[in-house]
Amino acid sequence: MAAVDHSTAPSRRVVLAMLSATVASLDAGSARAETADMHAAIKAFAKGSPITKGKVKIDISPLIENGNSASMGVFVNHPQDAQAYVRKIAVFNEKNPQPEVAVFHLNPRSGTSRVDTRIRLATTQQIAAVAELSDGTFWSDQVEVIITIAACLEE
Amino acid sequence: MAKALLKVPKTARKGEIITLSAMFSHQMETGHRRDAEGQPVARDIISLFTCQYGGMEVFRADLHPAISAYPLMQFTTVATVSGPITFTWTDEAGKSWRETAEITVTA
Repeated sequence: MAAVDHSTAPSRRVVLAMLSATVASLDAGSARAETADMHAAIKAFAKGSPITKGKVKIDISPLIENGNSASMGVFVNHPQDAQAYVRKIAVFNEKNPQPEVAVFHLNPRSGTSRVDTRIRLATTQQIAAVAELSDGTFWSDQVEVIITIAACLEE
Repeated sequence: MAKALLKVPKTARKGEIITLSAMFSHQMETGHRRDAEGQPVARDIISLFTCQYGGMEVFRADLHPAISAYPLMQFTTVATVSGPITFTWTDEAGKSWRETAEITVTA
């Protein structure tokens, strides 16, 4: 019976180490949106208008176990009637492959500006929400969310 | 099994703010994943969700891959008239799915 030749083939341990190193480098280098991309996306949404911090509130747990499905709500501390209302709320992320999450379009018939959904978060990062009001002003909120199991890397 | 899970109140008073919730059976494939053979899985997402009620669009959402699989949308609207509330999901290829719930609005 021939002995297994360890000199030419890399050992299982070495292969595993190489694989995990490759995965790690993909993780760091793949097309993740940088902070600059998020700011560019926010700027594009506001069409260059000034954005004031306030009125908007992102309702998300600061520590999330599963980044594949994180419950998130947004609302704006502003009336929602024919005289004054929230037109749009856009949600952005810092480090997923793309900075956009969703844009919600509201109107006086919405009654409130509360919207709830579930989002994917690739890693610990900042989440931003920007609201456009009927008077044309833009308001924002930004929170950090810590992820313990990331999205996008499963399977 | 229905493609969607809707939560719509059966009755409401006119002028009451009601919460509508709609979950759709869709993987929201991001295009960033690989299958067991290492092949990239093509992007396939619902990019538009709308809700029609009382002769107008009462809610619209533009969605991106950062929305989870089985996309859930929960929002509010003012109860105005009895009739259908229609939810529509559209993917990036333009295919759409529609689900309707009835509401009775009392004075």
